[in-house]
Amino acid sequence: MQIYLPIAEVSVNAFLLLGLGGIVGVLSGMFGVGGGFLMTPLLFFIGIPPAVAVATEANQIVASSFSGVLAHLRRKSVDLRMGTVLLIGGLVGAALGVVIFNYLKSLGQVDLLVKLCYVVFLGVVGSLMFVESLNAIRKSRQPQARPTRRKHTAIHALPFKMRFRVSGLYISVIPPLLVGLVVGILAAIMGVGGGFIMVPAMIYLLGMPTKVVVGTSLFQIIFVTGFTTLLHATTNFTVDVVLAVLLLVGGVIGAQIGTVIGARLKAEQLRVLLAAMVLLVCGKLAFDLLVMPTELYSIGEAGH
Amino acid sequence: MRWLALIALIAAPLASPVAAQEEIVADLSQNEVAITTTFTGSEILIFGAVKRGAEVDETYPLHALITVAAPSAPVVVRKKDRVAGIWVNTEEVHIDSAPAFYAIETSAAFADTISDTEDLRYRISTDRAIRVVGAAEESDHPEDFQEALTRIRQTQGAYVVDEGGVTVTDEVLIRSSVGLPANLVEGDYEVRIFLTRNREVVSTFETSIAVNKVGLERFLFSLSRERPLIYGLMAIAIAIAAGWLASAAFRVLRP
Repeated sequence: MQIYLPIAEVSVNAFLLLGLGGIVGVLSGMFGVGGGFLMTPLLFFIGIPPAVAVATEANQIVASSFSGVLAHLRRKSVDLRMGTVLLIGGLVGAALGVVIFNYLKSLGQVDLLVKLCYVVFLGVVGSLMFVESLNAIRKSRQPQARPTRRKHTAIHALPFKMRFRVSGLYISVIPPLLVGLVVGILAAIMGVGGGFIMVPAMIYLLGMPTKVVVGTSLFQIIFVTGFTTLLHATTNFTVDVVLAVLLLVGGVIGAQIGTVIGARLKAEQLRVLLAAMVLLVCGKLAFDLLVMPTELYSIGEAGH
Repeated sequence: MRWLALIALIAAPLASPVAAQEEIVADLSQNEVAITTTFTGSEILIFGAVKRGAEVDETYPLHALITVAAPSAPVVVRKKDRVAGIWVNTEEVHIDSAPAFYAIETSAAFADTISDTEDLRYRISTDRAIRVVGAAEESDHPEDFQEALTRIRQTQGAYVVDEGGVTVTDEVLIRSSVGLPANLVEGDYEVRIFLTRNREVVSTFETSIAVNKVGLERFLFSLSRERPLIYGLMAIAIAIAAGWLASAAFRVLRP
């Protein structure tokens, strides 16, 4: 069934969009990532104008993360206090990121920068997680393996300590604020919720338990992407509600299924899968940059 | 585009003496296209008749060309090159105006129906419908960029050339149909009909099709432009509601 999208001004198959939304929704519920880094390229591929795809994707992530967070709240696997601290950093970061983005846009080549950003961050985050979680799986298979004790690093010496009961942490608020800030900046530049950076950062930098990380990441993504949606709707007029509704109907159902699947898998397995997926997307983007494209020319809208 | 019609009216009789003796009158199956949610494209039927004066030189057969053009807009064409191992946009050329959709229907091979001079005057062929002014300052080979634009839009089905798409019956009746794709932009689509003999234009006719969004499409589009904040908040509210609904539904299904 073909549907004409009022803002994107293209006609697309409604079932295709429902399906795409569903698949990305499953991943979102499983891993606590918004799925933007997967969905946005997919939307380009089916012919949605890039500006509309990026803005509408932000809106869709609001729905799938909200649906996911509700499921996590019922299982009490959301650290609201940690989420709020991360969010404060995240909103400041997002605002800064938009300023940086517009500055780079005035220099030209912003597309390339975004792609390079993707390749570098997906590559680094993906490989680190992949190696670490494989090691964890190997260790858990050995019967004599002892639980490793938490190391005390410089992070624990910082002031403004706060107790995060759900995560079982008593650490300074400075590291989470900084993590939120950096992720916020990157999220705004790369046009995604930032879950795929946030999740590993919470596990490895803040030492949060994996079970809590997913729900907490989703919690703060709702607000960051909601903020982004409003910015796009008011400045660029590129949010397509019809497109968003089609994607999110599939997405919210997918997110619920994903949460159920995620709860059945072991934390290490979950991380290996996420790492593999991140590396796959990274590989595809790197491939596109390195291999000669079939069409050297591209058409863009004239900005002035 | 009014000036074009004006030039055509003034210039055509001067250029060819036979012009006054043959005149085309034409109409479309519809002058309006309404874009609804389930819009999947539209077929426009174009038909016309030739009014004839006393003496007409019928040595050369009568041919007809029809063009349908969407509103034009400036575009940027970028070219990738390999820099330090990766493919990067290096050159760009600004095209001053290119129609979002352009269809040409002819009654025979394009070159047999119209001369190059006439094509230049009326801007009929796809390359001439695209206006490029300052490209030479931006690149050493601006024509490559224009070719690329035409090639990409042809692959997308936005630029169509249908040689033999017009039927001329007994040198009196003219019939053709143009399929408008689903990915239409709004605006007035200009339809031009040219009658030619000996590759010279003898008569022209111009009309337009109004393409507009209606109903829900219209409402959402206007809201997003006129009340962007309300539109944005509505988008978020829908997202939150959908997220909550799915969650609630699943709680019922999986207690």
